[in-house]
Parts: sequence; structure tokens; C-alpha cells
Amino acid sequence: MLTKRIIPCLDIRDGMVVKGVNFSGIRTVASPIDLARFYNRSLADELVFYDITASAEGRALFTDVLKSVASEIFIPLTVGGGINAVSDFERVLNCGADKVSVNSGALASPELIGEAAKKYGSQCVVLSMDVKRVDGVFRVFSKGGREMTDKEAVAWAVEGQERGAGELVINSIDTDGMKGGFDLEMLSAISSRVRIPIIASGGAGCREDFRTLFRAGCADAGLAASIFHYEELLIPDLKHYLAAEGIPVRL
Amino acid sequence: MKLVVVDYGCGNLFSLLCSLRYIGADASVSADPQEVLSADRIILPGVGAFGDAADLLERSGMKEAVLAAARAGKPLLGICVGMQLLFERSYEFGVHAGLGLLPGEIRPLAGRIPDYLPVPHMGWNKLLIHRQDDPLVGQFRTDPYFYFVHSFYACRCDRYVTASADYGVSIPAVVRKGAVYGTQFHPEKSGENGLSLLRAFTSEGVRLA
Repeated sequence: MLTKRIIPCLDIRDGMVVKGVNFSGIRTVASPIDLARFYNRSLADELVFYDITASAEGRALFTDVLKSVASEIFIPLTVGGGINAVSDFERVLNCGADKVSVNSGALASPELIGEAAKKYGSQCVVLSMDVKRVDGVFRVFSKGGREMTDKEAVAWAVEGQERGAGELVINSIDTDGMKGGFDLEMLSAISSRVRIPIIASGGAGCREDFRTLFRAGCADAGLAASIFHYEELLIPDLKHYLAAEGIPVRL
Repeated sequence: MKLVVVDYGCGNLFSLLCSLRYIGADASVSADPQEVLSADRIILPGVGAFGDAADLLERSGMKEAVLAAARAGKPLLGICVGMQLLFERSYEFGVHAGLGLLPGEIRPLAGRIPDYLPVPHMGWNKLLIHRQDDPLVGQFRTDPYFYFVHSFYACRCDRYVTASADYGVSIPAVVRKGAVYGTQFHPEKSGENGLSLLRAFTSEGVRLA
């Protein structure tokens, strides 16, 4: 039986891991390689690296970090941040990424999803979306949640799947950093309309939140950052808890 | 021992090469069919669509080299789409011929598994070992998990399946006919289990034929 995945997310700026709350208040927490080793030992099922660097120097540091991690950690690595063209896919795939997450770049040019899927296969194209309720509509935001687009989340998810995305990351801006649980309403609305796997992001505060997420059947994986980074929740403890609750996990 | 990873322009070989180096295997990546012919063991990777991969394999001159090496009894390991290429044909976006080293064909998961299961089959799934004497998977005693990502799977090849995974249907996860092996999952992305499997394929002490 396929297991539910637990995925820590590492936001990288200038070669270091950072984590903010509600997309602001960024602070540095650790060396990405040390943290990746820690998570690999802790039975993380995949790792996601978001490059939130703005400068070319930071970008070079990021690819160095990625290469080091890929040289010694053999679980799937997803990379996102600054992916705006097929050449960006190539840049990170050549440094050890297995999957590439595209967000604002796909909103700016949706054909990027199809071009990348054709060249590298759907399995490596992850459509990531930041979603927030605006006047009762699940509205997709770009540029790290700063800019509202005209896209509605369910329609954008369906379009992404049709264009060739192999997986979705749904990040709820409303629940992000609040530690009150995943946004089940948003996730259910989207998962009922697509067939590709969904990674839920935003809102995990305790182990029960993951149980609730997986019992609701609206996600294949749960992604979180700060609760794992600050060791408020240890992945082995979380997975043993989920297994005891009857949810299939890799142990 | 000379281990060659076939580079025919299909997919990214970075992770595979990193994992082989990590376990101390002396592997080289080559786009030269002569290198494949002179290899002792061969790994055939692959991602993306079957038809594109089959075209690239043929145009690169690697199809003949891989077939010749297999005919000579050299151990060959196909990974993911590389495994699917070992079969007779695939029905992914049309009908495409494979290498025909294993009887069987590649069919879509959609329509053959319950509708509530996502496609692609993506993530860590548990293997059911059918053959404890298999050199690659016989080493695993309990519930080994491996990382899968695929939307098509091998059919009509039951007698060559040495391990399978359950995803609504029984998915051939490891296949073998003589010295020709294939894994539907990615050993290079399957943590310690994957490294152990690659160690078995790359160790001189392990008899694969």
C-alpha cells in the first residue's frame, strides 16, 4: 500500500535555511546540509527546498547546497523558487533536483508547465500554488503571496493538471504559520477535481493535524517547516503515531 | 568490473551517478555504444514518455548496443522507464516497440485502478517479495519500501516478476529474466533500501546471471 508522505520544507536564502510566519518575519535557523541529514535520519519521505534568494550570488550558493545534499541524501528532492523558464528547470535538475516546483513562473506563463513536462516528464513538474480566501473565493496569489491574480484555485489546479503537472502543492495563506491545522476545506475543494497527487501545506501545528488531514482523504502528503525545524514535532514520533492510528506510513 | 550507465539523452543521471559513487561503485556514464558493448554490467535509466525514450535509444545507437550486451549475457538493470523499455511494447500515447528482452507490455494505470487512487503512482510503496532467491530483492527480510513515480505499468509478465507492489492492482516492481533486471521504482531515490539494491547489482561477488 502506498504510504502517506511527510515532507519538511527548507526555505533557503543566501545558503541558509530560514522560516517566516505568514510569509514575513524571516529568520535564519540552520545549515541546510545539517538539516537535510537530520531529516534523512528522521525518516522524512522527501525534502523540499525553496530558493528565496534574490541575488545571483545567493543563487549560486543555493545550487552548491543542492549538489552537496544530492551527493549524500538519496530521497526525492524537490526544488522551487525562481523557476520562470525551462532553463531554470535544467539548472536545478543538473544539480540534483528530482522534481521542480513552479509557482509565479507558471502564473506568468502557464505554457511553461507543458513545455517542462514535455522535456523532462510530468513526474518532475510540481505546480505549487499559494491560495487565500478573498470574498469567499479561493484566490491564487503570486510572488510569494504578495500579489493577487485573477486565477481561482480549483480552476488553476485543473488547468495545471491538464497542462501536464504531475503533482500539486497547495499552500493555504490563511492557515500558514497559524498552527491550527491544514486547510481541509480548500484541500477538499481542489482534491475532488484533480487526479494527480496533492501535497498539503500550511497550518500544521501538532501530530493530530496530520491524522485529520490524511483521514479526510484530501492529500497524499503533508508538508511543514517550522514545527519540524524547531523540533516541536519529531518526524519519527509523528510517523509512529500515524501508524498506530491506522494511517500507512514508511517506517 | 566495468559498470556503464547508458546516456541516451533521456533524463537526468545526476542522482543515479551520485548514489553509485556513494556506494563505491566504479561507474561511468557513456553516450558511446562501444562503451556499452565493452561493459561488464549495464544500467539503463529513463524518465518521461516511453515513445520519446524509445526513439532516443534508437537514434543514439544505444538500442543495438544494449541488445547485443544482453544477448551476450551481461547483467542489465533497467530503472523506471528504462525497465519499461525492456518489454515488447508500450501503449503510452500510441503503440511503441520496446527492446523485447522481456515478454510483456506497458499499459496505463488509469482505468485499471480505482478512480480514487491518484495517478501518477507517486511515493513510497511496500514490496511483496515473490522470489527470495532473487539476487536484488532476496536480501530484504521485511516490508522494504521503495520510491515509485509512474503512470504506466508492466502487464502480462507474471512469471518474470520477483517483487510487486499493491496499488489497486499488483504492480510489477522488480522483474528478471536471466541477467536482465528491471525496477519500476527508483533505487537511487529509495534511501538505504535503494542503495542496498544497487550494491547487489554492482558487487562482483553477487552472481546475477
